[in-house]
Amino acid sequence: MSPRIAAATAARVLTQLRRDRRTVAYLLVVPCVLIALLKYVFSGRPGTFDHVGGPSLGLWSFIGMFLVTSVTMLRERTTGTLERLMTLPLAKLDLLLGYGAAFALVATVQAGLVSAVAFALLGLNVVGSPWALVAIAVGNAVLGMALGLFVSAFARTEFQTMQFMPAFVFPQLLLCGLFVPRADMAPALEAASRVLPLTYAYDALDRVARGQAGGRLAVDVAVIAGATVLALVLGATTLRRRTP
Amino acid sequence: MSPSPAISARGLCVVRGGRAVLGEVSFDVAPGRVAGLLGPSGGGKTTLMRAIVGVQVVAGGDVRVLGEPAGAPSLRARLGYVTQAPSVYLDLSVRENLRYFARIVGAPTGQIEQVIATVGLERHADSVVSRLSGGEQARASLATALLGAPEVLVLDEPTVGLDPVLRRDLWTTFHELAATGVTLLVSSHVMDEADRCDALLLLRAGELIADEAPAALRRRTGAASLDEAFLRLVEEPEP
Repeated sequence: MSPRIAAATAARVLTQLRRDRRTVAYLLVVPCVLIALLKYVFSGRPGTFDHVGGPSLGLWSFIGMFLVTSVTMLRERTTGTLERLMTLPLAKLDLLLGYGAAFALVATVQAGLVSAVAFALLGLNVVGSPWALVAIAVGNAVLGMALGLFVSAFARTEFQTMQFMPAFVFPQLLLCGLFVPRADMAPALEAASRVLPLTYAYDALDRVARGQAGGRLAVDVAVIAGATVLALVLGATTLRRRTP
Repeated sequence: MSPSPAISARGLCVVRGGRAVLGEVSFDVAPGRVAGLLGPSGGGKTTLMRAIVGVQVVAGGDVRVLGEPAGAPSLRARLGYVTQAPSVYLDLSVRENLRYFARIVGAPTGQIEQVIATVGLERHADSVVSRLSGGEQARASLATALLGAPEVLVLDEPTVGLDPVLRRDLWTTFHELAATGVTLLVSSHVMDEADRCDALLLLRAGELIADEAPAALRRRTGAASLDEAFLRLVEEPEP
């Protein structure tokens, strides 16, 4: 592998993104609008925004990056650029690290911006450190990116990648503990939630927002990192040099 | 003794969906030659090219490029491939595409302007590729394959949709490259391009039905033009 090629790939992905104003707005403006909506729909219920607002910072990052990466990677697969790259002296890891670095950078900007809006403009109040919350949000974004890269192998069209949102992401959102504490779920659902990566992502965000550092948080962070690496390794196996 | 071939295939078979797309294809391309790959569409030209660049799963036989098995990692910096559909990033400019591919193959930055001039895209170098015409997109795709110092170029229909002047200029470039020792395999639908090749491979329904120089082919078929020679060969009943 070559850091030069990974860096060139990151620069290329960022240039492509910059060209697409709508997607930049989707990544940077939409989450700010959504968190503002979140505050005002709960305006009649004091305390609820502080409870869900903190963790939601990281969920936007996860969903946003999942969507953008799965579509970008699908394009790479269907327009023949991936096939060309596979004939060139480029390691699969260079490509994955390039994507990872580019989207981690975007995720940092996104999480920073949404947090600034949430804390400074919307008066979000969390017990824990806002910086730690941003850090976990970036971790979630990288997890979303890694999963997006992986699932792009299972779609043939952009329409099919869209279908992963309700089919792959929504169940994880429902089971992660955001809507109902996992302890209150039916045993089967609680068991299912334990094998889903977003559960740990949400748990980490929730703990950081509540200011609960400690052993469970370390486990959450380890699971997020492990799931990211696993998805990237599985993603790498879907980048084939030879195809039928 | 002739030099060892730049590209050689022995008994190459490719099966797709239970059907033989290429059956027992064998040929050699000598180094520094421009070889034309011709034949009716659906005859296996693209599949053969994919097997040579090493992106095609093959069912049997042996394909070697510069003496190495096709697809060997050591070949990746020595071989340039242009697919039929332009495989460049549509949302980047021509120059941005070239800058990225130049960094991958380790080509000097100065070469970017050079290949832009070779394919005649000077006026569009900073245009986003999606805004260019089909022919211009194809040329942008070709330019990326010229970066670095590829010893073998595999070009799938590089002149489709180009005007005659540009086509002539590109064929001149191909021969200039060949004169420096580069081996080119170029597929085409256009018969007048066949006359510009040093050697011809004619593929029909996955079988190689001719492998000789244009003049030899005309002699063998007794046809006045290559166009006619091809029609005679292609329309011969399959054995």
